[in-house]
Amino acid sequence: MVIAVLALSALAGASGLLLGFAAIRFKVEGNPIVEKIDAVLPQTQCGQCGYAGCRPYAEAIAAGEAEINLCPPGGANGVAALADLLGRDPPPPNADDGMEKPKMVAVIDEQSCIGCTLCIQACPVDAILGAAKHMHTVIARECTGCELCVAPCPVDCIHMTPVAETITTWKWACPGAAVRAVA
Amino acid sequence: MSRLFSFHGGLKTVRHKTESNTFPIEPGPLPRWLVIPLRQHMGNSAKPVVQPGDRVLKGQMIGQPDGYISAAIHAPSSGVVAAVDLRPVPHPSGLADLCVTIETDGEDRWIEREPVDYRRLHPSDLRNLIRSAGVVGLGGAVFPSAVKLNPGGHCERVDALILNGAECEPWITCDDRIMRERAVEIVAGLTIMAHLLEPREVLIGIEDDKPEAIAAMTAACAGTGYAVRAVPTRYPSGSVKQLILLLTGREIPEQGLPLDIGVQCFNVATAHTVHRAIAHGEPVLSRIVTVTGHVHRPRNIDALLGTSFADLIAQCGGYRDSVERLIMGGPMMGFALHNDDVPVTKATNCILAASAEQLTPEQPAMPCIRCGACVDACPANLLPQQLYWFARAKEFDKARDHHLFSCIECGCCSYVCPSRIPLVQYYRYAKNEIWAREQEKEKAELARQRHQARQERLEREKQEREAKLRQKAPPRAAAETGAETTGGAG
Repeated sequence: MVIAVLALSALAGASGLLLGFAAIRFKVEGNPIVEKIDAVLPQTQCGQCGYAGCRPYAEAIAAGEAEINLCPPGGANGVAALADLLGRDPPPPNADDGMEKPKMVAVIDEQSCIGCTLCIQACPVDAILGAAKHMHTVIARECTGCELCVAPCPVDCIHMTPVAETITTWKWACPGAAVRAVA
Repeated sequence: MSRLFSFHGGLKTVRHKTESNTFPIEPGPLPRWLVIPLRQHMGNSAKPVVQPGDRVLKGQMIGQPDGYISAAIHAPSSGVVAAVDLRPVPHPSGLADLCVTIETDGEDRWIEREPVDYRRLHPSDLRNLIRSAGVVGLGGAVFPSAVKLNPGGHCERVDALILNGAECEPWITCDDRIMRERAVEIVAGLTIMAHLLEPREVLIGIEDDKPEAIAAMTAACAGTGYAVRAVPTRYPSGSVKQLILLLTGREIPEQGLPLDIGVQCFNVATAHTVHRAIAHGEPVLSRIVTVTGHVHRPRNIDALLGTSFADLIAQCGGYRDSVERLIMGGPMMGFALHNDDVPVTKATNCILAASAEQLTPEQPAMPCIRCGACVDACPANLLPQQLYWFARAKEFDKARDHHLFSCIECGCCSYVCPSRIPLVQYYRYAKNEIWAREQEKEKAELARQRHQARQERLEREKQEREAKLRQKAPPRAAAETGAETTGGAG
């Protein structure tokens, strides 16, 4: 009886030490699942999900505080990828947000721009170029289409325009979709 | 050594070669307007180096290569640049692309041509000449040839240089005619290629339904040591992977290049342009186009790049009745055009006016009955049925795991499918989606980095501001402890 208790205690103690050592030796900084979720999100930093950016939203999902269907730029594909990653059932798309908008890019009407720099301060990815009292312009290649620059503009000279399809961005359509449209 | 190997699957297609290959190559028209797209090759589009109003001579460079994988574009005739703008080009999308439009002056005046002796040039200078002459693969893939002529890094020694004259598409005969009529020049170009690659052996693969071409090439190769091999007429023997397998018994690794197994392959017409570029100093200004199908006089035409398809159709006597669709390339791998007012490019090997009886009637796709006919037909040894399910269910990762990117889009599976499922369309769709998602991921990563950099910058600025405030603060804090009244006033 005593031997059994001692043996089990010794075993428990040894295991505890081992686990404690492993916890220090192999400590992971930050929450790795947040990184994975963040990698799936489209990084527009638009805040349409109600969080301050993609990473805060990823943290909220990881903490179980947010649904996975709050990201309009990610679209249905994004929701499916998140559901796959987290092993959840994909929730129905969020009807209020009007999912799946075409890709947009901000364009500044340079004639009307007064050089107030408010849009530069609003842009989460530093895609607007300009200086105080000088004309601003959007670097189209780096614009994520988040629309955060539109509201602050005091002269309403920023417009969102759909990204035009070119030969290099054109894609073959899914043949099944065409059949369904006919039927 | 003369053993031939075989590839899995493939098709015996109904041949329509005699419609166009019984007539000699005709020179094309010199149209008043030439519309020359700046993207006629794989890789980056060429950069325009002319402006509207510029006078250009025949052979003058109008677009310079942009980056390593790119090619130069030249004026096919002399005249005045009318515009540099977006025009419709032959592409399945029907979208416009950047083109240089030249109003020709009818004089067809050349630039100064400088023929060189390839044996006196350093290989890299020779490659640069080929590059600046705009030489690309004329079999249809239009990959810049100068890149393929540089064996560096891929293998120690090139075992085999293969010239592709198989031409397996049922309607196309432009390679057949060029081999019959210009065999000596093709072999001269092949010698320049062999000079650059120094292969152990040089093989020329031609399908055995072209006896005249085989005879002409064999005669031209006399005394060179190059071997002309007749390969069985079986679609798609003209595909690079299948021809290499037929002639050498070696398979290119997945996502690999022919050079990885010490083999390099060029089209016969490409060898011809290499010869013209080096021995005559003439850049690529024209190509032979098979105009066939439902036209009055099907022919092969040596057409200037930038000539409208409509002009070539007119030269062939115009359309016959009941033309349903205009196809660029063959019926197996080509694509339907939206209209015939698009220019000939370096990729235009064939213009096929298809009538209803030549096309397989468009029937709605029936459900897959899992007969496995596609598996038997697939020359790439894939599982077309599995790929179809994955593409349809948008399970692109699984499609990729089942070697989607080894698919050469030859169309054998769609051809044999009893349910008429457009299988190749599904694979093209899946490939495009995978590429688009990869691009989106790259863009998202760039945005993430820029956002992070911005956050760090804002944080740094905040700290700097606080540090400045703290620097100002101590005297005031000292004053506050000394006498409260002065502190309040300050």
